[in-house]
Amino acid sequence: MSQDFRLDNIGMVNRNKKISFTFNGKKYFGYEGDTIASALIANGVHLVGRSFKYHRPRGFFGVGVDEPYAILQLERNNERDPNIRATEQEIFEGLEVKSVNCWPSVNFDIGAINNFLKMFFPAGFYYKTFMWPPSFWYKIYEPFIRMAAGFGEASIKHDKERYEHKYEYCDLLITGSGPSGLASAYAAAKNGARVILAEDKPRYGGSLLTSDVNIGNQTGAEWSEKIITELKSMSNVIVKNRSQVFGYYDHNMLVMSERISDHLPKTQKYLPKQRLWYIRAKEVLISSGSIERPLVFGNNDTPGVMLSSAAKEYIKVYGVLVGKKPLIFTNNDSGYETAIEFKKNGVNPLILDTRKEPSSDIITEAKNLGIEIKYSYVVVAAKGYKKVKSADIAKISDNKKDLSNIENIECDCICVSGFWTPSIHLASQSGNKSEFNEKIDAFIPNKSKQKENTIGSANGKFTLEETINEAFNKGYEVSNKITENNNKLSIPTVVEKKSTEHDKFWCVPLPKGKSYKRFLDFQNDVAVTDIELALREGFRSIEHVKRYTTLGMATDQGKTSNLNGLQLVSDIENKVVPQVGHTTFRPPYTPVSIGAIVGREVGKHSKPTRKSPMHEWHEKNNAVFVDAGVWLRPRYYKQGNETLFEASKREAKNVRKNVGVCDVTTLGKIDVKGPDAAEFLNRVYTNAWLKLPVGKARYGVMLREDGIVMDDGTTTRISENHYHMTTTTAQAANVLSHLEYYLQLVWPELNVNVVSTTEQWAGAAIAGPNSRALLMKLFPNTDVSNEALPFMGYKEANLFGIPAKIYRISFSGELAYEVNVESDYGNFMWEKIIEVGKEFQIQAYGTEALSTLRIEMGHVAGSELDGRTIPHDASLEGLVSKKKDFIGKRSLSRSAFTKPDREKIVGVVPLDKTTSIPEGSYIVKDPKAKLPNPKLGHVSASCWSVEYDNPFSLAIIKDGKNMIGQKLFAMSLLKNKTIPVEIVSSHYVDPEGKRVRA
Amino acid sequence: MLYIFCPHCGSRSQNEFAYGGDATVKRPELNKEISDQEWNNFVYLRKSPRGKHLELWHHISGCRQWIKVERDTSTHEIFKTYKADELTE
Repeated sequence: MSQDFRLDNIGMVNRNKKISFTFNGKKYFGYEGDTIASALIANGVHLVGRSFKYHRPRGFFGVGVDEPYAILQLERNNERDPNIRATEQEIFEGLEVKSVNCWPSVNFDIGAINNFLKMFFPAGFYYKTFMWPPSFWYKIYEPFIRMAAGFGEASIKHDKERYEHKYEYCDLLITGSGPSGLASAYAAAKNGARVILAEDKPRYGGSLLTSDVNIGNQTGAEWSEKIITELKSMSNVIVKNRSQVFGYYDHNMLVMSERISDHLPKTQKYLPKQRLWYIRAKEVLISSGSIERPLVFGNNDTPGVMLSSAAKEYIKVYGVLVGKKPLIFTNNDSGYETAIEFKKNGVNPLILDTRKEPSSDIITEAKNLGIEIKYSYVVVAAKGYKKVKSADIAKISDNKKDLSNIENIECDCICVSGFWTPSIHLASQSGNKSEFNEKIDAFIPNKSKQKENTIGSANGKFTLEETINEAFNKGYEVSNKITENNNKLSIPTVVEKKSTEHDKFWCVPLPKGKSYKRFLDFQNDVAVTDIELALREGFRSIEHVKRYTTLGMATDQGKTSNLNGLQLVSDIENKVVPQVGHTTFRPPYTPVSIGAIVGREVGKHSKPTRKSPMHEWHEKNNAVFVDAGVWLRPRYYKQGNETLFEASKREAKNVRKNVGVCDVTTLGKIDVKGPDAAEFLNRVYTNAWLKLPVGKARYGVMLREDGIVMDDGTTTRISENHYHMTTTTAQAANVLSHLEYYLQLVWPELNVNVVSTTEQWAGAAIAGPNSRALLMKLFPNTDVSNEALPFMGYKEANLFGIPAKIYRISFSGELAYEVNVESDYGNFMWEKIIEVGKEFQIQAYGTEALSTLRIEMGHVAGSELDGRTIPHDASLEGLVSKKKDFIGKRSLSRSAFTKPDREKIVGVVPLDKTTSIPEGSYIVKDPKAKLPNPKLGHVSASCWSVEYDNPFSLAIIKDGKNMIGQKLFAMSLLKNKTIPVEIVSSHYVDPEGKRVRA
Repeated sequence: MLYIFCPHCGSRSQNEFAYGGDATVKRPELNKEISDQEWNNFVYLRKSPRGKHLELWHHISGCRQWIKVERDTSTHEIFKTYKADELTE
């Protein structure tokens, strides 16, 4: 198979390895090292897509990140990957890509009718068109726009690829391995700095790979190969290719995406697809180079019109000709380099130079090679629909306003060069306010904002000598600041052809009677007329013009279009470009896969999973788990075909009747130690703590300063200056931070230390009338009688040789104990309890039964202490001391918290005693009242009372204490239910609390 | 992501810290009679300055110390960090 546009003796692709791939279902081949773009061009394919708005044919415009046209969709391992730039994606065996934004095919695209209706699609047409009638929006306009919008289709399947994150620190990060990047990296690395050198492309060297230059008696490509090889061998240097530094964030943190296996057929199982690097650099050298600027003329978006530097790179790097009858259209010397490359490879170009009488080494060389050059000439319009077939060219007057001698000449590509635009994106993201440089008609970075410097052509230095000198010096200077070493390298001599300045001309006027579309933004179909319209309609700020016309938006973010757009606005407004200013550069510089941003934090890995030491036992005993914060807790233990409802009822009943055991390891536990511990607790909790004797526990409520309940739990005085505090599972971390805040910042004079001991203790709650009998068997040598270990008592004991702590506390409202042992013995304790408990009909119970038990007892939990309730609302006002001060006390006397009809917790029972009340239901007086129905409050928790065998709920309602006995309604708007209910006491079972004290 | 110098541990990434708000707020003394207005100011009212701001950060995934950080709220520049009990300038 021969490729018509492939050159035999030039390029860096591996000719020994052919690779086949399919594009729009058709098979092509290329060589290892080809991109999709280079391989398709080698095969003579130039039509790869359709434009966003008018569906005009799209080919290739660039050769890298700046590509506005060749956005393809990649199908890989049965997954779709849209937004692939054909100029960047390397081919691999079996690669499948297809065009986007065209139907039924790229060759015949129905949407191209938009091109003929373009008078109906001026800038901002969607703001004007889809306004009326409003009812059309959801059903007609929006679906239509959604269908038409966007490039490609995102995969809806779970992305099975692996993405990773990496954190790295370095002295110096250098973004780009062109001449300035290589030279500065070399100088800094040799001076002992820890350097990261990032290159977006697969090959290092940047412009050195394509320029005809000499550094230290070597060609640019040889020199870059030598430097990169040496850098790779140095232990203080990390060199990464296919890695784009796309964002410059605060405090010199930059983020880089490394495409590790995007260019490989998936073979290695654990090789990530991409890796995101978070790099904290002491210093940054931005050597991101520059992007060639297009020239604006009629139909300048026709496939075959491309940047002249791209044409050169296709020849020199890929050995591919973008055309055999090239027209070079330039306003500076860069176009000549491309022309010379064509000529050297047997193709005769024609150069149209907008300048009148330029002279330089390279122009002389071109002349000597016999290249035809027309001065003061421009391309008026490209001809051809799916590919350039010819061009109308004309002589342009000295004032660049008038065209003459218009003629049509045959050509198959037009390589344009409108000079260079420095890539100042990273510098701008760092906070650097750019400045406009008149000489190059572009913005360059100004004073450093963070620890960054921009060098090379990104800094507007377009001669190699300047660049190399600056880079060597900066590399040394910056590394010297960090390492304080003085190893300064000698700077190699540079040979390059001298060139002249560019012509400030950028936009070809329309000939009389012609209305060619002259495009500024190639991805969004923004033409000169669109900008003119926007300005006529009163848009002035460049940020507004951008949003109205979409100039510089979308995936390429205007890398090729921004400056020409600014030129046009300033020309029309009679301003200069710096007065117009530029739009804000925001990260990312190039699109980044969402997968890479997420990294490994997907699904279960998005947060840690905490398991209790008894987890395996729960699993073996058919526990169904529920997420409780980051903990996994057994919700219920399934027996046979039981449902959640049946199982939790069985478990809860068994607690009320016999004895149950529940894993309470997840409760937050905090050790509070120190001579001032009692005083501290006294300030933290609402109730009094100074007189709690050793060996006793107390229930406490803590508030935030705004008076809202923060958490509750029991705290036990283990010894004189040692307290064991428990918190709810959910609030454990917050409570610790809260305590540390007061100890470190508010009352540093208190001699108290706090530390989390949640992980250190495994806990089992043993609850039910048989619990004491079971305890007597578990701890035969310890007196656990009601007298020796009363309610709220504490004892240290010995569980078959293991030290254990017994707290007589109860959440279930039954006679209950919590036994704690060191975590490592948790499973042992659990199995002993189950084993010994058999004769007392012990059953493990999960969080669902636990909820049932606490709800029917009227014990509050997270659903009542929901960040809106004060102690009164949860009927905890008895625990609020009137005598002493504590955190949040002053707030409780605010008028809203003391009004007589303040919300309060109540019990709710359905009148029919069978209909369960959905949690979240409103309690209302009149279910038929006009909406919005004034609600009295809401149902916070519901259960099936195992004591009375009917539904029971807790609710927090206005004037709750006076509502008891009233018949009201629970309305669930979500479940569409209205249930007549009776308000009762929240203490539905054992209101006197006899059982816990039994 | 900010890079915060913890006076106990050294420079660490922001994701080790939790933000704690204005560090200049002083809690009224315990048992002191104060007006609703004063209390309200303490609990709710915070300045939101553009520029220098002394604020609290909690080195939650590090030494668990609360520290004071003088930061520019618009540029994120950090001028100085202090231990909880250190006097600020």
